Amino acid sequence: MSAHADQILPHGRVLRYPFVERANHWIAAFSYIYLLLTGLAFWSPALFWLAAVLGGGQLSRTLHPWVGLFFFYAVMRMYGYWAPQMRATAVDEQWWKSIGNYIQNEDDKMPPAGRYNAGQKALFWSFFYAAILLLLTGMVLWFPEWIPWNLRWVRYISVFLHPVTALFTIANFLIHIYMSVFAERGAFGSVIRGDVSLEFAKRYHPGWYEEITSRSANPRK
Amino acid sequence: MSQATLRIQKISAHSGSIPGENTQREFAVAKLIDTTTCIGCKACEVACVEWNDLPFSPTTFDNTLQTMPETRWNYWNLILFNEHEKDDGSLMWLMRKNQCMHCAEPGCLEACPSDGAIVQYTNGIVDFQQDKCIGCGYCITGCPFNIPKFNKETKRVYKCTLCSDRVTQGLEPACIKSCPTGCLHFGSKDDMLGLAQARAKQLRDHYGFADAGVYDPPGVGGTGVIYVLHDAKQPELYGGLPKDPHVPMMVRLWKGPLKWLGNVAMVGGVIGLFVHYLRFGPKDRDVEMKEPHEGAEP
Repeated sequence: MSAHADQILPHGRVLRYPFVERANHWIAAFSYIYLLLTGLAFWSPALFWLAAVLGGGQLSRTLHPWVGLFFFYAVMRMYGYWAPQMRATAVDEQWWKSIGNYIQNEDDKMPPAGRYNAGQKALFWSFFYAAILLLLTGMVLWFPEWIPWNLRWVRYISVFLHPVTALFTIANFLIHIYMSVFAERGAFGSVIRGDVSLEFAKRYHPGWYEEITSRSANPRK
Repeated sequence: MSQATLRIQKISAHSGSIPGENTQREFAVAKLIDTTTCIGCKACEVACVEWNDLPFSPTTFDNTLQTMPETRWNYWNLILFNEHEKDDGSLMWLMRKNQCMHCAEPGCLEACPSDGAIVQYTNGIVDFQQDKCIGCGYCITGCPFNIPKFNKETKRVYKCTLCSDRVTQGLEPACIKSCPTGCLHFGSKDDMLGLAQARAKQLRDHYGFADAGVYDPPGVGGTGVIYVLHDAKQPELYGGLPKDPHVPMMVRLWKGPLKWLGNVAMVGGVIGLFVHYLRFGPKDRDVEMKEPHEGAEP
């Protein structure tokens, strides 16, 4: 039987992301990276060579929307897995007020975050709403010839909103990569192997740590 | 016309300078369409299809003399008909040969993301290079005249070339060649404007068209196709010719300020995060400093 989320594992570790959540994360990640690279090729003449590297402009144009559907699917799966845990809590407001401490790595001065801190929740909802907006505007850009001339304003809005939303996700993406790969050591492993150390849980998610250690005999799921 | 007319002055999505730009002086060419002498014979439509070797496109009958509702990827030249009732109750049959306007500031070229898929020659002709077209359709959105048309089979976009192949050989475009009434003229933009102004004056002074004038919209920098209209104050009557066409504002915002802001934000963001790491390092640095060989594990 496979391990369930929040299960305490031997050697002082706890399962943070079960296999399906990890796999889904990487569907989203790899599709996002492809979308980012091809999107940047369409964004700027100086980066159009990216399309050439990825098999040519025509192929990039053909695949970008299809990969976009994969990305959207994965984000909606994430909504299914994580949305209940991403709801705002009282501690989130305190967390945002202490964002200065967080930036300066003074984590001991931070209010006790739960399974996700307020920043992670913001990232989640940013990607969730951005994915919806990107899908809607992307469908228009996918089939521009289907939009009749008297509805051309739909194309005008889409052609502007799609890159704006994409830029917004790029900001989130950069912060996400930075935090998970460089700033919080252990976070990257959690989305590869699934588990983090109890020390990690205690340091970054004290609320969650309390929760899992106090009722470790009665698992969540 | 000069032999060197295929020298390029604008390239879509081109990073860096344009090879050969400003090395040769050349006058802009223009097509003049005098709607007041067009009889709607459609010789120009046939000549266009013939010269450009375009595959058959079925016509659709809608109780007018119009061949089809709008131009298609393989039908670049279409006469638009409108039965216009004037204020005094009299009827006017308005006919306008519609095709690419060859804007001096082309919205299609501005919107195109593919290097060299759209070019503007020094003589002002805007030409699509289908081998470089990626079929994204941004040109369709950039065009204020609804001209570029997508081909689902080839996944490329097509439009009137102003017969750039003929023009380089010193010939007039095929449509001009076929016109039986002489309502189509081709020559330098200056000559065509002069001819158009003279004709508009004639219409005002001798034919009772007080509002006759020339259509050469400044919103797109002027066009390589200019019209003489009986009523230049209402170009919309002529099959929806836009009164004051511009490259759509959203396209200009996207390709202008948004591009700058986005690039600055992306580069700034990466630099900012790198500097943050240099200044503060990873979050568990305290553990590392206390127990240099053991890390964060308990």
